Amino acid sequence: MNVIEASNLVKRFGNLEAVRGVSFTVREGEIFGFLGPNGAGKTTAINILCTLLYPTAGEAKVNGYDVVKECSKVRQSIGLIFQESTLDDYLTAEQNLRFHGYAYAVPRDVLESRLKELLEMVELWDRRKAKIRTYSGGMKRRLEIARGLLHRPRVLFLDEPTLGLDPQTRRRIWDYIRDLRKRENLTIFMTTHYMDEAENCDRVAIIDYGRIVVMDTLEALKDGVGGDVISVRTEDNDEAMRLLVGQYKLTPSMRNGVISFTVPRGEEFLPGFVSGFPVPISSVGLARPTLEDVFLQVTGRSIREQEADPMHDMKQMVRGRGRGR
Amino acid sequence: MVNFFRSVRVIAHREFLRFIQDKPRLFSSFSMPLIFLVIFGAGFSRLIGQIIPDVDYIQFMYPGILCMPILMTSVMSGVSVVWDREFGFLKEVLVSPLNRSGVLAGKAAGAGIIALIQGSIMLAVAPFLNVAVGPRTVLTLIPLILILSFALSALGLLIGARMRSQQGFQLLMQLVIFPMLFLSGIFFPVAQVARWLEVLSKLNPVTYGIDAIRQAFLGAEVAGVTVFGHTMGILESALVVAMVGAVFLTGAIWVFNRRD
Repeated sequence: MNVIEASNLVKRFGNLEAVRGVSFTVREGEIFGFLGPNGAGKTTAINILCTLLYPTAGEAKVNGYDVVKECSKVRQSIGLIFQESTLDDYLTAEQNLRFHGYAYAVPRDVLESRLKELLEMVELWDRRKAKIRTYSGGMKRRLEIARGLLHRPRVLFLDEPTLGLDPQTRRRIWDYIRDLRKRENLTIFMTTHYMDEAENCDRVAIIDYGRIVVMDTLEALKDGVGGDVISVRTEDNDEAMRLLVGQYKLTPSMRNGVISFTVPRGEEFLPGFVSGFPVPISSVGLARPTLEDVFLQVTGRSIREQEADPMHDMKQMVRGRGRGR
Repeated sequence: MVNFFRSVRVIAHREFLRFIQDKPRLFSSFSMPLIFLVIFGAGFSRLIGQIIPDVDYIQFMYPGILCMPILMTSVMSGVSVVWDREFGFLKEVLVSPLNRSGVLAGKAAGAGIIALIQGSIMLAVAPFLNVAVGPRTVLTLIPLILILSFALSALGLLIGARMRSQQGFQLLMQLVIFPMLFLSGIFFPVAQVARWLEVLSKLNPVTYGIDAIRQAFLGAEVAGVTVFGHTMGILESALVVAMVGAVFLTGAIWVFNRRD
């Protein structure tokens, strides 16, 4: 059964086309992720699905309810954890959860037991009477996860769930999320620009400039890269590139002085390659493909390069303008 | 409809919790009116003498002073949606199944509860100023304070509905709250000042609220707002404030319900 169905979603803000015709479905119990650089349209897409924004065109259903026409039913059936904290800093953890319980009309007796269960799960039961102001970033995020689950939603939306958290806290939060999925048969829709975080998904859609570039299971995406990734540093990279394309019939790419290309069965390929390559090699590496490689292959860029690119937003704006309205 | 009332209750409850937990705000809301009362009272009282027979300046001023913390807290509780937006909490409210009109009405209702608490604290000063407070006065005051606070928080909501940051806050203080405060007949009878000042005061809805509250304390003789030759009674003034408030709230709901 499909819990989320989106078809041809488009969202324009003035001249900027943030989401450009995105279609996908998410099955019940699945962890589905949107992976892409900042500004790719991930948050806009999530905001449409959780009824904070109207789509400019296209339609979407969550739990079978239309996100435009049946927004209050959608809202009742989903849980959300946003990039930034949405807790009331001046209230205690318990008061924040109670507010949520009242807002979603959770029956009072259920609320009490659920409150305890969830606060114990995220290990904040002892701190329930403390004001949120005194919480660390990791504690806030854990509390938000507990809050998002209080009304037993069928889908949990996570927008960059571990943004700005330290690796230890990130690992812990993912332990909770995986545990939850097992216990409550939750469907999870998440966005991230962390490659390692996307490794937690069953299926990933890589999104770039408002479009889904590729969408598949993690394994299929990695297999699609075409084997193992070889990276070499040589004394004459330009010459090496030329040879790799011409003689070896490969499609190498170069960044930061490192040439990388993919070959099937890299460990068998390497010995012959190193001894026979005409240009002197200064270093060589072999790696199983990662999502980073998938991203590089389908977009032609590294996700990190793009984030550091200050022209990115401007380019996107110019593109938007060029398309006219 | 059930959802509407639940939304009002949930939001009003949260506003109340925040108010009682924020002790500095609670105390600071009384400091300015009390300072005004002491300084203005001691300073001008002898100079001015009796405003009308048997009502000296401090007695004249007191009902308005009682409204001052209510006025400021109510406008601010409406404008506090800007804080909620900036610190993210508004998103929690907007994605919840709560009814949006109910959310705004809940903000106004919360302001009303807080206003009643402030009003009763300010009442404690009355005996020291020879202002009589009988049960009848209190019973009249309750609806009047609720209506005034409702209208002002609705105004705050309307202002806050599209404000994206706290930067406009200083401007708001200077262009809205202070003029409303000083042009409301708290410090002078609106009929006895320069014509332009009188006109501005009569355009200010707060003037009607304060005049009604003053009449509740000191009797119909102090009624000081005449519109087209008609002297406004308590009921008429209350009606004016309530209607203006309803217009503000409708406007705020309209702005809030627009989604991008």
